[in-house]
Amino acid sequence: MFEQVVFYTFAAVLTLAAGMVITVRNPVHAALFLVLAFFASSGLWLLLEAEFLAIALVLVYVGAVMVLFLFVVMMLDINLTVLREGFARYLPIAGIAAVLMFVAVGSVLTQEKFTLAKTAAEVAHPADYNNTRELGLALYTQYVWPFEIAAVLLLVAIIAAIALTLRHTRQTKAPKPEKQVAVRREDRVRLVKVEAERQG
Amino acid sequence: MINPFALLQEQLTALGFIPAPLVVVAVIVAKILVIVLPLMGGVAYLTLAERKVIGYIQVRLGPNRVGPKGLLQPIADALKLLTKEMVVPSGASRFLFIIAPILALGPALAAWAVIPFHSEVVLADINAGLLYLLALTSLGVYGIIVAGWSSNSKYAFLGAMRSAAQIVSYEIAMGFALVGVLVAAGSLNLGDIVAAQRGGLGPLSWFWVPLFPLFIIYFISGVAETNRAPFDVSEGESEIVAGFHVEYAGMGFALFFLAEYANMILISALTSVMFLGGWLSPIPGIPDGIHWFLAKTSFFLFLFLWFRATFPRYRYDQIMRLGWKIFLPITIVWIVVVAAMVVWKLPPWFAA
Repeated sequence: MFEQVVFYTFAAVLTLAAGMVITVRNPVHAALFLVLAFFASSGLWLLLEAEFLAIALVLVYVGAVMVLFLFVVMMLDINLTVLREGFARYLPIAGIAAVLMFVAVGSVLTQEKFTLAKTAAEVAHPADYNNTRELGLALYTQYVWPFEIAAVLLLVAIIAAIALTLRHTRQTKAPKPEKQVAVRREDRVRLVKVEAERQG
Repeated sequence: MINPFALLQEQLTALGFIPAPLVVVAVIVAKILVIVLPLMGGVAYLTLAERKVIGYIQVRLGPNRVGPKGLLQPIADALKLLTKEMVVPSGASRFLFIIAPILALGPALAAWAVIPFHSEVVLADINAGLLYLLALTSLGVYGIIVAGWSSNSKYAFLGAMRSAAQIVSYEIAMGFALVGVLVAAGSLNLGDIVAAQRGGLGPLSWFWVPLFPLFIIYFISGVAETNRAPFDVSEGESEIVAGFHVEYAGMGFALFFLAEYANMILISALTSVMFLGGWLSPIPGIPDGIHWFLAKTSFFLFLFLWFRATFPRYRYDQIMRLGWKIFLPITIVWIVVVAAMVVWKLPPWFAA
């Protein structure tokens, strides 16, 4: 009973927030609704006793990705009237794409192996069950190669992103900190001993 | 020792007319109040301590008019802020403007759920405690960004952008420092992390010795995360007036300050739990206890105030350089070192 109430609350918040992401006018509001959607899905995962994934979702997507997202969206100052131009013109193509998406997703999900009868019933674990440990063991033993390959792919992507955006001819006038740190007192200040004049 | 909460639960059940789930909720709410009320008191008196400490460092007396020795000053400040009007600027995004201070304070309080005060004294003894803390401390930035954006003000927006970039950068170094702790302790549970620091050497068996670079980096990143001096460019009074909260008045303004000081206490408590052995006693023969935890936390809080009175504000590019080019490489190297120490069971810390 309690679990159902929690599930339906989070599910309602999730669908509502996901709907708002694509319908609100203001891009910053849309990004914040996406944050809410992440929170709600994280709550659903907690309900499935997947606490590592649930917290990692908040940590990675809400804590890092969405902050950068908001950062960019706020800086861009998007012109909404330009964005809304051509809505009618693109409607047929967008409609076809949407229908195709629904057909594709539907044809996969209605297959027999995804029906409720085929999925194993959720096993309730005792209180000392450590989801993080289980996940770590699976990742680093059974799935070690896919895991490592994904890591290498990410590394390649990071290096590529840096290499593509790195500009060597920076027109910045900021002084180099390592030079500033290396400065000694003798480079900047000359102490002069001035003899006191004799009184009277 | 009698557990007062078990007693409360017994008494409430004995009353008879309260259903069992409500009794559980009531006991949890009582526990939350027992943590949050002293925390709020701590926040109030930390502001006084800050003014007093900085006053003495600058050879002044600090607040000394309200109450004996100025001890009622925080209460006077709170009353003043409560009675002030909350102004919403024209052109502001009203809902976000009002919710932003709450977004800033919420994570700072929620993080206390997993802090262990003693071996059994913790609100939620969850396995993924460290991960939960990382997630929650990364949420604090939303209050600042949302406040800066919804104010519809250039200064507030500049402050929010500075702060967001800074927090995101230092979070990485902080996260890596915590990875070192979790490798050393072999657990994400904060109680287990403290228990793993128990050893025959007293204070030397705590994690601050084997993880010394991570300890220093964690605390400095914590200072940067809380936007405290010398990393307070998001406020930068001399450059952008007061940064992200420039448009706030009254209680909204007060909530941002509550969040900032609650975060300071949180970072200090976490540093003492993860690197200085939490409730463990530093002197052999003297029993462990919550007072040790509070004493260590207070020490780090004093460091916060001392830093503020000592260091001039960092320049923005230097902050970024420190986070990305110095802290990040050191933490990554030290994680490898810690892993090696754990694998080869380096005595005395990792012998078991």
